[in-house]
Amino acid sequence: MFPFGLLETSNNNQMTKNITRRNFIKISGITGAALSLGVYLPANAKDAEIVNVDIAEKSGIDLNAWISIDTSGKVTIINHRSEMGQGSWQAVPQIIAEELEVDLNKVNIVFAEGNNAKYGSQITGGSSTVRGSYSKLLKLGATAREMLTEAAAKKWNVSKADCYAEDGHVIQKSTGKKFHYGELVADASKLEAPKTVRLKMPEEYKIIRKPLQRQDVPLKTNGKAIFGLDKKLPGMLFASVERNPRFWGKVKSFDDTAAKAVPGVKHVLAVKMKVFSQDREGVAVVADSTWAAMQGRKALKIVWDDSGFDHHSTDQLYGAMRKDVKSAKGNVFRTKGDFDTAYQKSTKKIEATYETPYQSHSSMEPLNCIADVKGNKCEIWGPIQAPDWVRSDIARLMELKFEDVTVNMTFLGGGFGRKAFLDYPHEAAVISKAISAPVQVIWTREDDMTQGPFRPGMVYQCKGSVSEHGGIQSFETRMAGQNMDQQGPGADKDSYNGNVVEGFPEPYFNTLPHYRFSDIPLITPVPVMWWRSVYSSTNAFAFESFLDELAIAAGKDPLEFRRNHFMDPTWSPDKIRYHELANKLEEVSGWKSRGKNAGFGVAITECFSSIVGQVVKVSKSTDGKVKIDKVWAVMDCGWFVNPDIVRAQVEGSIVMALGAAVTHETHFADGKAVEQNFNTYKMPRINDTPEIEVHIMENDEKAGGVGEPGLPPFTPALTNAIFDLTGKRIRKLPFKLEEV
Amino acid sequence: MATITLKVNNKSYTVDADPKMPLLWAIRDLVGLTGTKYGCGIAQCGACTVHLAGVPVRSCSVPVSAVANKEITTIEGISSDNSHPVQQAWIQEQVPQCGYCQSGQIMAATALLKKTASPTDKDIDTAMQGHICRCGTYPRIRKAIKTASALMSQKASVK
Repeated sequence: MFPFGLLETSNNNQMTKNITRRNFIKISGITGAALSLGVYLPANAKDAEIVNVDIAEKSGIDLNAWISIDTSGKVTIINHRSEMGQGSWQAVPQIIAEELEVDLNKVNIVFAEGNNAKYGSQITGGSSTVRGSYSKLLKLGATAREMLTEAAAKKWNVSKADCYAEDGHVIQKSTGKKFHYGELVADASKLEAPKTVRLKMPEEYKIIRKPLQRQDVPLKTNGKAIFGLDKKLPGMLFASVERNPRFWGKVKSFDDTAAKAVPGVKHVLAVKMKVFSQDREGVAVVADSTWAAMQGRKALKIVWDDSGFDHHSTDQLYGAMRKDVKSAKGNVFRTKGDFDTAYQKSTKKIEATYETPYQSHSSMEPLNCIADVKGNKCEIWGPIQAPDWVRSDIARLMELKFEDVTVNMTFLGGGFGRKAFLDYPHEAAVISKAISAPVQVIWTREDDMTQGPFRPGMVYQCKGSVSEHGGIQSFETRMAGQNMDQQGPGADKDSYNGNVVEGFPEPYFNTLPHYRFSDIPLITPVPVMWWRSVYSSTNAFAFESFLDELAIAAGKDPLEFRRNHFMDPTWSPDKIRYHELANKLEEVSGWKSRGKNAGFGVAITECFSSIVGQVVKVSKSTDGKVKIDKVWAVMDCGWFVNPDIVRAQVEGSIVMALGAAVTHETHFADGKAVEQNFNTYKMPRINDTPEIEVHIMENDEKAGGVGEPGLPPFTPALTNAIFDLTGKRIRKLPFKLEEV
Repeated sequence: MATITLKVNNKSYTVDADPKMPLLWAIRDLVGLTGTKYGCGIAQCGACTVHLAGVPVRSCSVPVSAVANKEITTIEGISSDNSHPVQQAWIQEQVPQCGYCQSGQIMAATALLKKTASPTDKDIDTAMQGHICRCGTYPRIRKAIKTASALMSQKASVK
């Protein structure tokens, strides 16, 4: 489910003190009487219980508090996930407001500090914010509503059945009398939370499923949103760090004479930060302004020690992967039937190799972090995807107590996986400790783009055959490339990478009679990390290109061919959704009535529990070059909150996929990343972006991911469309549209 | 170091700065307005766009000494209450995701609409292609510019 196995078991043992009323007030900013509810997860319990904070405090149980209503009726929600554009700021309150029966504008959101003991895993990754917590959030809102209703009924001395909640009030049905929520919180806060509450059916929703405007948007149109780089502390200094451009390299010596002569420069020091099992070494220049720190850094003279590890180039890395994918034994993850025999016996068999590049995340906000280490305490502010991880890692690496580390999240100017990593807060803490002052470490764009971790490049070899009935008989994928779980020396090369199947729609495992998936890990100093949709972002190109090639080999329509493999003899409801998605995609894209002068390509992938199908239409411009005319996307993310956010995320995923397909790639030469800024790592621009039409399936399935699953199908749908138009099969990314 | 007077959003600020310091860092670190963003430092992404006498420029690539006493407008000067039609259109079309590039996008769109009241798709491409949005909000930016254009012409006809 999550991109790394360790997410599921994120450390809950570092139990902090119980959340007290005082702590709760401190985080929520609420003063005076209030109804405050939290989620309590009893040991060994399957379901979280909702408890009243006042009562829980006395019994000393641990809460992850999420909601509070004060005497003015204002609702405060503590958002436990970071906001990096994906809309958790909107989605979480929209869920609460629905069951609580309040206007969304009355809901105030504050970011939680990092604490996985309180909030559960806070990593904003795996598109998990809504799908991981929506049932708890619905229950939380409904519980507060029921307690307020009960308090009103008691005040009126009537039965609770005579009362209902609406728009921040409890109303007595028989008389029409009303209490404002704020008038009820003092009484409600003395009640036990009900053990069970009725939740609305989707057809009763008034707020959920509506395209309500995001509350963070007005802050982002007038410059008021505070991102990491915008946060300032009194007395804060600014640091710029020259890090060894080779990933495992060290600092041998440095001369800081000229750097120290730059006006405003206060300190120059050697620093180390953890990047997986390695230390990344560099020299930090600390000054009284960003500019002075950058100028001082330019004046540094550093001698690097680059001995003892490989200085790889892109050609070497891909040379190794191309060799491995053909001849290395590989670690088998998933297999069914007898692939070798079925493939050998077949008369209609094909094989193909696909290559995907290394990529930089390149969030628009370059990495940055503020640390303030005072004595045995450390406080962090920054654009952080995983505050709880940062907190426990800082505690471990800086040898501090967990409770003495505070991690504050700002808005993130993009994240895409990179800001879930722990190196940049660690480095800021090291510098702050050394200079005994709060410091903001600012990564330049060049730092951000060259230091990694990167999306790993991959080489896939696919083999398969089709039966005389035109269905897939055998299917094999071998993936050569870095396993994100095996970084650093001592990696166990014999363990398989289970992510080799990510992106593959689940019904295929039932309908394909013979298959085998395996991987051959590549070991290199290049650090790699999740990149939006993680392995699906590259796997899908191999799977969906090869399915297309098999469909052509079978003489079948590519969309029909996929749909045939969604067939399940048992017709269980969770398989019908795949079929319905294919039908919808066929209908909205006009697949059956497509013209002769256009190329149409389809791809359907599954990622983080959501299924997305896309059709891309391409044609030739008057100058003979291929252009993308339109993309149709159908998203089945099951239960969802805000259709406009879902659409926005799919649109954005398609544009990000477009860049990785046709405009940018990170190369390596002599152990260093080559592309350093947007002049060589070219981004898609407004004039490169085709028309995008997004449709959302409505069904009773559980919530799936929204922020990432729209990305994987785009590229194979595009290259399949190009094949349809030109007969040219693209098997290596990125490629230049104008050179097709 | 030099003492330089900056006129930002109709207010005067006297700053003590290295004359070579880019306007971007002077606005952010010395004037203290953080709506203008650092994205690339080499005029490739547009996140740092401000208006210099009404014309959009990349503040990361303009030395502060070159703009002393000149009229500078940042996102905060477009309006702080989102009352400008371009801001309203951005909200109506729900353009921002992470939002980091949007100050620069809005500065570019405002300048475009001042020059060309009803821009074509080609006008929009030309004016906006210097601005990177990693979240991929381009389709909505295009829509919002057209919405802003309509809002502005409504306003003009009311007057």
